[in-house]
Order: sequence, then structure tokens, then C-alpha cells
Amino acid sequence: MSNAAIRVNQATKAFGDGRERIPVLDSITFEVEWGTWTTILGPSGCGKTTLLRIVAGLLELDGGDVSIGATAGIPSQAAYLPQRDTLLPWRTALDNAILASEIERRSRSDAREEALDLFARFGLSGFEDLYPSQLSGGMRQRLALIRTFLSHRDVLLLDEPLGALDLLTRATLQDWLFSVWSELRKTILLVTHDVEEALLLSDKVLVLTERPAHVDRELRVEIPRPRDRSSFELAKTKGQLLRLLLEER
Amino acid sequence: MKRVTGIIAPMVLLLVLLCVWEGAVRMFDTPHYILPAPSRIAASFVSHFPSLLHHATATFAEIVLGLLIGGFGGFSLAIAVYYSPILERAVYPLIIASQMIPVFAVAPLLIVWMGYGLWPKAVVAALIGFFPVVVNASDGLRTPNEETAELFRSLGASRWQIFCKLRLPASLPTLFAGLKVAVTLSVVGATIGEWVGAHRGLGYLMLQSNALLRVDLVFAAILMLSIVGLLLFGGLRIIERRVLHWRGTN
Repeated sequence: MSNAAIRVNQATKAFGDGRERIPVLDSITFEVEWGTWTTILGPSGCGKTTLLRIVAGLLELDGGDVSIGATAGIPSQAAYLPQRDTLLPWRTALDNAILASEIERRSRSDAREEALDLFARFGLSGFEDLYPSQLSGGMRQRLALIRTFLSHRDVLLLDEPLGALDLLTRATLQDWLFSVWSELRKTILLVTHDVEEALLLSDKVLVLTERPAHVDRELRVEIPRPRDRSSFELAKTKGQLLRLLLEER
Repeated sequence: MKRVTGIIAPMVLLLVLLCVWEGAVRMFDTPHYILPAPSRIAASFVSHFPSLLHHATATFAEIVLGLLIGGFGGFSLAIAVYYSPILERAVYPLIIASQMIPVFAVAPLLIVWMGYGLWPKAVVAALIGFFPVVVNASDGLRTPNEETAELFRSLGASRWQIFCKLRLPASLPTLFAGLKVAVTLSVVGATIGEWVGAHRGLGYLMLQSNALLRVDLVFAAILMLSIVGLLLFGGLRIIERRVLHWRGTN
């Protein structure tokens, strides 16, 4: 299977030292194909973020291996969006968005032009020169997503990007995210604890167990797109998944 | 409205205090070489203004130079200590211990080593203003959360880029907080330096006038010194607002 964008093989990780080691990941194995959307679902504190950080190349594995694309373990191949707010308060929205191209010393005017296009698509036109403190929670999250898209990586690792938002903002952003993804066809690995979000957006859902986490079930979501939150099929699958998660406890 | 009362309220209080002072001096007929009335101080402030200005420029230069040395030195040390935990463990206890040494004790030595000119005073001002800058800048360099640093790393940023684009701008608000404390302390530092040995400066003028029982001139020099301090503080505030203009946008 050569067309896997992300390949995680027997990944094992524990934290702490000496006798106090707490196992977090217990030989996790999965693959993500290019251009598809995979979601990691699991109880909170089970190690979802740890797994994502390992894929991002920010943490070392104790055992097993992780590769992105053809080469193994090059972190700069994936763009990582951390869970906590990481916008820089001293930069305007536009300057925050083009951070990646600035770090890679790409042309500033190209980056700005590209950013303006995404600002329009994400409904942030006219807010380019405002500072993060002047934006609402939903806008800040959209800005963080724009920044991630503008990093020109084929693989995006998103850690609960919509977690802190209210229901309506969240639903709107899910639709936005989906439309941008279906156009740009990036490979996305999303971490969430929202079952509906997972089913609405992904091709594949990985259900993790409690700590130490391993892949409990790999579920292909066969519901045709665009998906409807209120569809019977989605509701039925959601019910099954929720039951599965509750049994985990 | 709030802004107006913010200026008027302290002015009214000051005026009341000055009136009480003036009234008390006149009522008890206090000799002017013990405590001059505010009106007498104001008169000598006006009549000696050229001389006060001459001494004030010297003090001003000492403070500015001291702030530059203390500011750059303190910030550089904060950066070095941030990146080298060994250096931190070695240097921090010494810096804290050095703060227990009164500057008064060091000032005469500096005069011996550096002469009567501008430098020993600037160094005293720098020594006294150095500490708040180190402490605040160190805190500032630690402000960014680990996730943001990880985001930079995942984008392939070098250590230098993480410093320039993340830690440096993040440390500026606390650096300015440290500098504002340093300004007020530097005024004290420069004055101490001048008391110990100088032939120019407001501290020198105070000492000379005191010896001649010209207490009115001592007070005039104190007034001038506080004006110098306020000007420096105000100037720093203006620079701070320029540099940190993103903070006033909430």
C-alpha cells in the first residue's frame, strides 16, 4: 500500500520515568490515504493529542514507527494546529495567517494574495488588519485554520480545532472546513470528541480505547457527501458509535 | 470625563497641600533656612532656572545612559539565562545577592575608578535599574505557551526564528514594565552618584545649596528632578504605546 499519506505502525508511548511510567499509547497501527479525511475519536485524556503530536514529529516514540509520505518522520511535512490558542497577539490577522510562508522565507506578496483569497472564503474579509484580541472566538479559530491551510503542507493535523466554540459557530465552521477541504483535497487527521463532527466530515473514523490507547475500531463512513446532520443514516451511525464509546468506560 | 478628573483631582490635592504648607510657614514664622514657603521655592525656581536647567541636562544624560546600559545589559542577561539553564543557576543567586549591596556603598568606588564625569553616575543608575529589567524580561521570554513553540517547530522554524518571531515580541510587554520601574530607580541612582562626587547635576546642586543653607534651592532642585523623572517616564510610555500598539486594541 504505497499511497498512504500517514503510516503509523505499532506506535507505543509512555510518559514519566523509572517505575512511574504511565503507558499512553499501546501499539497503535493505522494508515491514512492521500487526500482523505480521518478522524480520531476517543474518551478525553486517552492520548489523542499525544498521538497527533507524534505524527507531527514533536514527540519521540518509545516503540514502532511513524512516517509521512515516502520519507520517515520529517515533521515539516505536516502542518499541526494545536488545541490551545496559538495566534500571536502582536500580529494582525493577515500577518498571523502568513506565518508559515514567513518562516520558510517565501514571497510575502504572494502569501498575502493567497491569504486574502482564503480570508474571503472563510468569511473574514475586512478583518485582515485587526488583531486577534479584536476577533470573536469563531473568527480566531477560522484564522488559525487559514494559517494551517496556508502552510502549504499536504497533511494537516488538527487537534480539536472547533472544540471551544458554541454549537452554531461550530456547525458553520464544520461546513466551511468541509468546503475548503473538498476543494483543496488535503490529507486531514482530525482529533475530536464530537461523534457527529467525526461522522459529518470524515472518510474514516478511528475509535481509541481508554488509556493506554489502542485502536478499538476502524470505521469507514460510507454516507454519501454532502452529508446532512439530520439524516437518518448519520443519526443511526452516531448512535452506534456513542454506544461503542460508552462501553469503553 | 474620567481623563479630566484624572488630571484635576491630583492637582487640587497638590494645591491644597501647598496652601497648608504656605499657611503653616507664615503662621509659625519658620526660618527659610529650615523650611521655605512654596512661594519662596517657586521664586527661586524661576530666578535660578538657567542654572537648574544646566544641572538637569547633566542628570538627564546620566539617567538615559544608565537606562540604556541597564536595559540592554539586563535584557541580554535575561536572554542568556533563558537559553542556558546552567548560567541561570550560576548567575541568579549572585544577582539576587548583589541586590543586597546598597548602591551607596559602591558609588564612591566607582568615582575612584572612573573619575568625576558622566560615567560613574550612569553606572550607578544602570546597576540600580538592571535588576527589574532582568526579572521582568526573563518572565516575558517564558510567556509563550509550549503549544505555540511547537507550532513554530512543526513549521520548521529555527531557534533563531522562534526567538525573533515569538519570544522577543512576547517579552516586550514585561520588558517595558521592568523599564518603567528602572526609570524611577535610575533617577535615585544618578542622584546618589552625584552626591558622592560630581561637579554638575541636580544632586550636586542639592548638596551645594544645602551646605549654603539655601534650602529653597534644594527644594527647587528636587522639583526639577521630579520633572526630569516624569519626562523620562512619559517618554517611555510614548515609546511603549508605539511598540505595543496592538495592546490598546481591545
